[in-house]
Amino acid sequence: MTESAEATATPAEPPRLEDAVLRAEGLVKRYGSVTAIDGADFDLRPAEVLAVIGDNGAGKSTMIKALCGAVIPDEGTIWLDGEPVRFHSPLDARQAGIETVYQTLAVAPAMDIAGNLFLGREQRKKGLLGTVFRTLDHKRMRLEAQRQLDALGVATVQNIGQLVETLSGGQRQAVAVARAAMFARKLAIMDEPTAALGVRESAMVLDLIRRIRDNGLPVVLISHNMPHVFEIADRIHVHRLGKRVAVVKPEDYEMNEVVALMTGALRLDESGKLVDQKVVVRPRSEG
Amino acid sequence: MTAVVGARRRVTVSELVLRYPALGPSCALLLAVVVFSLVTNTFLSLDNISLVVEQSLVVGTLALGQTLVILTAGIDLANAAIMVFGTLLMAKLAGAGGGLTALLAGIVLCAAVGSISGVLVTSLRLPPFIVTLGMLTVVAASSRIFAAGQSFPVSNGLLNLLGQRFYLFGQIEITLGMLLGLAMFLFAWYALSRTAWGRHVYALGNDPEAARLTGIHVNRTLFSVYLLAGVIYGFAAWQAIGRIPNADPNAYQTGNLDSITAVVIGGTSLFGGRGGVLGTLVGALIVSVLRSGLTQAGIDELYQDVATGLLVIVAVALDQLARRRSR
Repeated sequence: MTESAEATATPAEPPRLEDAVLRAEGLVKRYGSVTAIDGADFDLRPAEVLAVIGDNGAGKSTMIKALCGAVIPDEGTIWLDGEPVRFHSPLDARQAGIETVYQTLAVAPAMDIAGNLFLGREQRKKGLLGTVFRTLDHKRMRLEAQRQLDALGVATVQNIGQLVETLSGGQRQAVAVARAAMFARKLAIMDEPTAALGVRESAMVLDLIRRIRDNGLPVVLISHNMPHVFEIADRIHVHRLGKRVAVVKPEDYEMNEVVALMTGALRLDESGKLVDQKVVVRPRSEG
Repeated sequence: MTAVVGARRRVTVSELVLRYPALGPSCALLLAVVVFSLVTNTFLSLDNISLVVEQSLVVGTLALGQTLVILTAGIDLANAAIMVFGTLLMAKLAGAGGGLTALLAGIVLCAAVGSISGVLVTSLRLPPFIVTLGMLTVVAASSRIFAAGQSFPVSNGLLNLLGQRFYLFGQIEITLGMLLGLAMFLFAWYALSRTAWGRHVYALGNDPEAARLTGIHVNRTLFSVYLLAGVIYGFAAWQAIGRIPNADPNAYQTGNLDSITAVVIGGTSLFGGRGGVLGTLVGALIVSVLRSGLTQAGIDELYQDVATGLLVIVAVALDQLARRRSR
């Protein structure tokens, strides 16, 4: 824990952990003899895009799942806005203000855009119609959906009543990202949102993420795509062998250096300098 | 082929079909009515139209429950068997106790059997086809055991109530069953299109995983669908006694398939998540209109079956084509 805290100290800016929107320390998750997260730390600051990178099996997705409530960590603490929190399900995290976007395009294709934006969070009419007859307020949801999409600059979508299945993959993902942005009060987590998309569509979704950040919502972006990460991230969290090995700013390092950090060919010393490192195989589960 | 709607956007035909699944079936119904009115001189009369509606009531009510299940990408092969069991219980209890007790017991029985399917589909995650196939066999056999090979005539004011007729404006023959059918249809339409529950039914039929990720209680909603469908089958049992005041364990043996036919002809997709009860209403009427019209045109019953079967294939093909076009 202390070791990685030192390693994260970037020279330009001392980390002020108390400012973190979402922070975790010493997260551990074991599955039988396999340790998926091995004392991982994490911090997300206000209005930033934090990219989380790591090789396959580095445990980054398990850590992200722990942060959004899909996995309950065995050890460690998570703070949201300075308050310790324990999520037992993704719904808990969502109620606390954390929205997650999945790479699998979690939309209902046969429903329209407005319906998808409000899916699971439908608004009822005011008064007796809403409370007794539980009537939905379609008009208000449409207006609100349109307003939010306009605010996010999702201009590719002209008609809020358009069926999602008539949209392209990128537009569908834009709907999912917009939904997260609409309802996230604290932060949005995006798990490989561009993985299934083409070049132009990816650019559109990245643009959207940038605008969300500019509106003040911090975003955690999990991605394998280094050019995307370097294009959009304010900071890069490098995950390796179940823990955070470095946090770097994209402007301070080259892409291949960050990849080397990720694969373990290089490591950061205390002053933030890159040093060569032979791959040391340590016993993973000592306790 | 494209159609221009409004000034700004061009809407393709396949998009229209996707958005308004009842549109195609409604045109087909209209066409059938026009054709039979021209071909025969008996079809277009108030009495005949009223008869056509009446004949679609039981299967139409079954199809209402079937629509809910099919919207969740399931299928209910046991619905008619559940209804028949309901009619038997109602008939037996009507002799022993009051009509109201019998009616409520029948509806509760159907709801209970429906929720058994619901538990098997949600908790054990068994495919609905297999679950309801098993339930069909179990329930149908249970009915025969329960009835001991007999059928029971029903003469009870409340249970026979839906067969009561009266004349609107002194001309249009209406049964109370039609009014109940209409009320149930309106209820289902409202629940599906105007409440969050309905949205969730469509969403989980579309993509259960996506529905779960957006925070919908998938299992709870799915179970409520089977439960509600069971209640509807209970009302179908009441409708059936209203039509023919006799509870017969061997009746409605093809009711399950007939209800699926009505749902599919009505434009609801067997893959779930699209369609609705408006289409089912139209679908049930189309089947009934075809029967009546073809009979009056002097066409043999077997050819009527051929026509209905072809219509099912056409309906599914159109659904598929429209979806492929939209990609």
